[in-house]
Amino acid sequence: MSGSLDVKKKVLVVDDFSTMRKIVRNVLKQLGFEDIVEADNGANALAVLRNEKIDLVVTDWNMPQMDGLELLENIRANDMTKNLPVLMVTAEGMKESVIAAVKAGVDNYVVKPFTAETLSEKLEQVFKKRGI
Amino acid sequence: MDVKYINPFLNATVEVLKTMAFMEARAGKPYLKTNHSAPGDVSAIIGITGHINGSLSLTFSSSCIIKIVDNMLGENFQEINDDIKDAVGELTNMISGVARRRLSEIGFCFKIAIPTVVSGPGHQIKHMSKGPTIAIPFDTTAGSFTVEINFSR
Repeated sequence: MSGSLDVKKKVLVVDDFSTMRKIVRNVLKQLGFEDIVEADNGANALAVLRNEKIDLVVTDWNMPQMDGLELLENIRANDMTKNLPVLMVTAEGMKESVIAAVKAGVDNYVVKPFTAETLSEKLEQVFKKRGI
Repeated sequence: MDVKYINPFLNATVEVLKTMAFMEARAGKPYLKTNHSAPGDVSAIIGITGHINGSLSLTFSSSCIIKIVDNMLGENFQEINDDIKDAVGELTNMISGVARRRLSEIGFCFKIAIPTVVSGPGHQIKHMSKGPTIAIPFDTTAGSFTVEINFSR
């Protein structure tokens, strides 16, 4: 399923619900990724990014403390992380939300509910675009 | 309560369970809820504000939610634990998110809060507004659950 993906890359999964972190982790594992770390909100994700070399971020939008959009803006504003690929997985599917995420520099977008196949396709699009 | 506010939540419930848990849910006859008693073992409630104010709750029987979460995560749960409670919150989050999108498409804009999960024998659901609460029972092959929708008018 992973084709030519570099599955040794490290992925950060950010969601306040452990259920969604597990679902995303399961899809990443199906794709062959094993080096996966998690955070339960944007602030904790930034702490992970300060301390570990991450190659891809998969983040929810609605989270307490710091939401996914603010996390994305922080990632793009930091020279160390500004080119990091970011995929949003979120219940926010309204047009204005999508526009806001694209303006902030998101690489791709998955609206809940989704199938494992849809998430895989979106991830592979990000990997292809970024040469992962 | 206008049916145009209710149907997006019902359709969203069916869509989310089918997509995330591969489970068909059949809606039963709606009824007016007149007490706070939860018709099941674990519930989540989420506040809704905007065009009108209110809340959405989902209450699952133990057998039903265990099968749903087994299907979602590919695991084999035996009882309601923290993982199951987290999933009830996320399901409520997803269902309200889908309904919010559908309602925005017909001109009704809402914001949704972060869900609260409650469980245990005799637990109660206290909706956000003093308006009517409509309960819609659902049946699945693994058991039953109930969706409650409360709006200020």
